[in-house]
Amino acid sequence: MLESVLIANRGEIARRVIRACRALGVRSIAVYSEADAGLPHVTDADEAVLIGPAPARESYLDAQRILEAARRSGARAIHPGYGFLSENWRFARACEEAGLVWIGPPSRIIQHMGDKVGARREMLRVGVPVVPGSEGSVGSVDEARRIAGEIGYPVMLKAAAGGGGIGMVRVAEEAALGPAYATAERRTQAAFGSPALFVERCLTQPRHVEVQIFGDAQGRIVHLHERECSIQRRHQKLVEESPAPNLAPGLKERLTAAALTGAGSVGYVNAGTVEFIVQDTEFYFLEMNTRLQVEHPVTEEVTGLDLVQEQLKIASGAPLSWRQEDIVQRGASIECRIYAEDPARNFMPSPGLIRRWVPPEGPGIRLESGVTEGCQVSVHYDPLLAKLVATGATRKEARARMEAALGAFVIEGVKTAIPFHLRVMRSAEFREGRVHTQLVEQGAFNA
Amino acid sequence: MPEDVKAHITGVVFQITSKVGDAVAAGDPVIVLESMKMEIPVEAPRAGKVKEIKVAEGQTVQEGETVAVLD
Repeated sequence: MLESVLIANRGEIARRVIRACRALGVRSIAVYSEADAGLPHVTDADEAVLIGPAPARESYLDAQRILEAARRSGARAIHPGYGFLSENWRFARACEEAGLVWIGPPSRIIQHMGDKVGARREMLRVGVPVVPGSEGSVGSVDEARRIAGEIGYPVMLKAAAGGGGIGMVRVAEEAALGPAYATAERRTQAAFGSPALFVERCLTQPRHVEVQIFGDAQGRIVHLHERECSIQRRHQKLVEESPAPNLAPGLKERLTAAALTGAGSVGYVNAGTVEFIVQDTEFYFLEMNTRLQVEHPVTEEVTGLDLVQEQLKIASGAPLSWRQEDIVQRGASIECRIYAEDPARNFMPSPGLIRRWVPPEGPGIRLESGVTEGCQVSVHYDPLLAKLVATGATRKEARARMEAALGAFVIEGVKTAIPFHLRVMRSAEFREGRVHTQLVEQGAFNA
Repeated sequence: MPEDVKAHITGVVFQITSKVGDAVAAGDPVIVLESMKMEIPVEAPRAGKVKEIKVAEGQTVQEGETVAVLD
C-alpha cells in the first residue's frame, strides 16, 4: 500500500479521500489556500501544507506549488480529486516524472481521452455510437456553419480540450452561430488554453446516463453499473441516482457493454466514467471522465463497495478486488448536490458565512460535506457545500428519505439549492422517473 | 440625475466591459463579475453614459456595492 497521499483538492472530495486514506492506514496530506485555512479538509488530514493565495490559479490550479508541497511533505502519491488539475495530463505526467504515484489513469490515457475529438474517434473505431457532428475540431466559423447545416439545428459547440460544460454553447439557429462561436472560442481559450471547438447535434430531450468503470494494471476492467444524471443546470449535474429508472429493455446491458469496450480499447486503469446521451432506445458516447466523479457515492451505496479505497489499492499496483459477477446493484440511491446558490434567482452564487449548519440524520442518509457551521464560503471556488445521499431498498424509499432529509437540513447564512431539490423530489417527473436534461431550463421545477 | 450601478452578488471583478464616456443601453453589461466559477454581468439599470468606474479587475466586491455610476 502507498505510504502517504497528498490530496490536490479541497472541500468534500478532499475529506472523502482523507477518510479512505485513514481506513487503509495511509498518511494523508492536505493542501490549502489562504482562504481555506481551518476548513474541515485541512483539519481532517494528518498534515496540511499552505500552497498560496485564495485565487485557484495561484493555489489549487498551480501545479508547481502542489509538486513543491509534495516534495516538502515527502508525499509518495497524489490524489487529484475532481475538477482543478484532475484531468490535466501535463500535471499527471509531471507527477509521474517526479516519481510520485498518480491516483488515476496514466497521463497518456488522460491525454488521449481528454482530447474530446480523439476520444470520439476512438469510440467510432471500436463501434461505440457517437452523437452526429464534426469529425474533428472545426477550423473556422464557416466550417462550423457548413457542418451545422448538414446535421441540422440545434447544435452544440464544445471545447475540444475541455469538459464539465465549460465553453459549451447551444446554438438554436444559423443566425445565432456567429456570436455563439465567438463566445465559445473565447471561453475555451481562457479555460483550456486552446480555442479548438467541435460541433455536435443537440438532441431534444436527452437523458444523461453514465457507467462507472474500474480497471487495473493487469488489464482487467469491470463496470459498477450505471448512474442517471439528467437533472442539470448550465450543464452541471444537480441530482444523480443509481440505478437509472425506466431505461428501455436491454439498454442497460448495451450501455455497460459499450463502456467496457470503450475503456478497454485504451487499456483503462483506475476509476473512470463513460458518459452517454440516451434518447429512447438509442445511446451515444458523450465523453469519458478519467477521474473519480462527484456522484460516486450513489454507486458505492448500491454496490456496497468503496471506490476511493479501491483507487488507492489499484494505484499501489494491486489487482482489482472484485470480479464482475460480485458487483451487484442493490436497492436505489439518490444524491442531491447542495450548492451555495439561490434557486430563486436563477442559481446565482451565494457566498458568505455559514451561521448555522444542522445536517440531517436517519437510516440510509449519508452526507459528504466540505464545510460546517462557522465556515466562510468563498467566491473563489465551486459552490458545492455538500452532497446529500439517500439510499433505500427501493427508489420510492430512497426518494422519501431524501425528501425528509432535505426538509430537515438547516443551513443559514448562505442560500442553497435545497428548496429546488425539494421541488424535484416532489415533482411527478422525478417520482415517475421521467427525467431529461432540459427539464430545469424548461422550468419543470420552478416555484 | 446620476445613478449607481450596483453589484447584485458578491464576487471578484473579472472584466470591465465599459469605459468612462461609453453610452450604454439598459441591460448592457458594465462589468463582469466572477463568483464561484461563474461569470455574471452587472448590467446598466437604464440607458446612459458611464460617468465613473469604481472598481478594478481582480477586486472583490460585495453584494449591493456600487461598481459604476451612470450620468
